[in-house]
Amino acid sequence: MSQPQTTPPDPLTAGAAAYEDAQGDLVQTLAPDGSVTRPGALPDVPTRLHLYRQMRRVRHFDERAWVLYRTGRMGVFPPYGGMEASQVGTAAALTHDDWLFPTYRDTGAALTYGLPIPQTLAYWRTSPHGWAMPQDLKILPFYIPIATQYPHAVGAALAERRRGTANVAMAYIGDGGSSEGDFHEALNFAGALDAPCVFILQNNGWAISVPTRTQTRATNLSRRADGYGIPGVRVDGNDVLATYHVTSEAVRRARNGEGPTLIETVTYRIKPHTLADDPSRYRTDADNEGWDAKDPVTRLRAHLLAEGHLTEEADAALTREIEAEFEAALAVADAFPEPTPAEIVDHVFAEPTPGLRRQRAQLLAEEGA
Amino acid sequence: MTATPPTKTRTLTMVAAINDALALALERDPDVHIFGEDVGVMGGVFRATDGLQARFGQGRVFDTPLAEAGIVGMGIGMGLAGLKPVAEIQFAGFLYPALDQVLSHLGRYRHRTRSRYHLPMVIRAPYGGGVHTPEQHADSPEAILAHTPGVKVVIPSTPADAKGLLLAAIEDPDPVFFFEAIKLYRSVKEEVPDGYYTIPLGQARVVTEGDDVTVICYGGMVEVAQKAAEAARAHGIGVEVIDLRTLVPLDTDTILASVQKTGRVVIVTEAPRTGGFHSEISATIAEEAIEFLRAPIVRVTGFDAPYPPFTSIEDVYRPNPVRVAKAIRQVMAY
Ligand SMILES: Cc1ncc(C[n+]2csc(CCOP(=O)(O)OP(=O)(O)O)c2C)c(N)n1
Repeated sequence: MSQPQTTPPDPLTAGAAAYEDAQGDLVQTLAPDGSVTRPGALPDVPTRLHLYRQMRRVRHFDERAWVLYRTGRMGVFPPYGGMEASQVGTAAALTHDDWLFPTYRDTGAALTYGLPIPQTLAYWRTSPHGWAMPQDLKILPFYIPIATQYPHAVGAALAERRRGTANVAMAYIGDGGSSEGDFHEALNFAGALDAPCVFILQNNGWAISVPTRTQTRATNLSRRADGYGIPGVRVDGNDVLATYHVTSEAVRRARNGEGPTLIETVTYRIKPHTLADDPSRYRTDADNEGWDAKDPVTRLRAHLLAEGHLTEEADAALTREIEAEFEAALAVADAFPEPTPAEIVDHVFAEPTPGLRRQRAQLLAEEGA
Repeated sequence: MTATPPTKTRTLTMVAAINDALALALERDPDVHIFGEDVGVMGGVFRATDGLQARFGQGRVFDTPLAEAGIVGMGIGMGLAGLKPVAEIQFAGFLYPALDQVLSHLGRYRHRTRSRYHLPMVIRAPYGGGVHTPEQHADSPEAILAHTPGVKVVIPSTPADAKGLLLAAIEDPDPVFFFEAIKLYRSVKEEVPDGYYTIPLGQARVVTEGDDVTVICYGGMVEVAQKAAEAARAHGIGVEVIDLRTLVPLDTDTILASVQKTGRVVIVTEAPRTGGFHSEISATIAEEAIEFLRAPIVRVTGFDAPYPPFTSIEDVYRPNPVRVAKAIRQVMAY
């Protein structure tokens, strides 16, 4: 007979108290009140300010998306508010020579990497203008099918290594997605084939209505890396300096030919799954309790103010700058024309097949334009 | 074929012609990479990649872990990043774990990114019956792929075609499935041009000409149809055998021209009956050339059941020359 197991409480779904218990596992640089807990891991001040600006930018996008959705000017949008440190700190560790494979939840990561706001808006408005990915960025459209981008990142990373570059590929997944076979195949491939990959697993506590404890018996998802012989790191996903620190280290390792890393960012989805979702059907206020106090933006803000790197005036100016940037981008996105029916059959092959040509002619005859 | 076909030839089996094509592709384009299960040291279970790793190195030709979704998914990433992935799925019947990658991604990238990205990937897979393989090794899943927007489907029936079509598939900027009939790997030999040449995708081949019946087929069914056509010819029936060579793009012009001439159609595949590619051909003929038909179209196919792993009745499932000959008589007698 086996002993009854003492499984540690899930730090995410057992409320914030359990999160405190799990602190020992987590790489952290700032306590929730902004005080420094790991001075050696702090990036330089310009980088800290850059990360702050990016977090404010992506938070503004998330907040405006909500309003635009309510007024019918946005399609279904998966919010990431509260997860900015998880997305900004990781994506900021890349350059445009590196690859980013985001999920639908990772608009914040995409914006940080450099996807222009008008295009990002167009994507979530289901306009082809949002699907025409910029030539100068190595970012893929937001992945809708769960986990399938993980093997793609392995392939892109391998291609870079074959070409003799030091470029890396980074892919995102959720805690739910890490149950899919593709996640495991990709980690195994990356390890076996030595692919310069950085795998980000954003553990935000929920896969739509399913809490992590229903998803898996595992309580420390970073340890899944052990099974594939690659390093796994667990980081406070609400601490942008910590996510930036561990991701930069993983990127450095990958560039150096030291292989892939799995990073679990421990965070929380405060908002609904999508703006069309009603989380009160599956979770209670107790589940959410304590997470507001861990807010990644206020945490870094408190730190920067306390250390004198930011003033209230500079912060107010930043707010105005970010608002102006967004409204200008929104005007650009609003001006994108609607697609015509015949565009349905465009971009299927380099040369349309005879069948597609016939179907296009028929669309033109029936629908015009 | 390319403007000046090479004049020198060698007698090759289909698998040797495929090996030749892969070697030429690796030689010509440093972006070409070949990978899959057992393709490296061993040279593939059918030896299609024999000697390639020794010649081109482990970076260009390599074994992967055993995971089809991983193979196709990784290939997609390689293709996105500008390489030319040529993956082998050990048997077409084991493509299924990777279908998510195919349906969700492989066929969609050009469309999804408005041509910012495209996937010049080739997936080779042995398919089809006639050689008494275990369960699932003889499947013919081509209709699933032909029904998937954004991927092309090529199925050669001769060594020379296999070489030229495979080189065209590797040159193609879009994803191509290249199904190789296991039955034909070593059973036929013919003169295959030396050196590099391509056969354009989307051009059917008229195998034999005839005025009375059009038999439409591809891959492993071409030799079956040819035997039936010979038997019919002995009875004075002129049979035109058309080898489609590619299902996507489909050469409807050649099909319709033949139907206008003969007015009678038999379609042969070894795939299950319902929803097969033969249904697509029938529908196309019904839409475009029904006024030329002198008899209902007859399909000779497998059954709506898994391909039987039972050696003694395999030949009942897989169309044989007798069944095709009977179908030819049927359309003549209408
Ligand atoms: C292959 C696949 N199965 C199911 C879905 C439907 N689905 C969309 S989001 C989601 C939950 C994902 O949860 P998680 O991976 O934790 O990511 P999160 O949404 O929390 O960021 C599901 C089941 C899907 N998109 N793809």
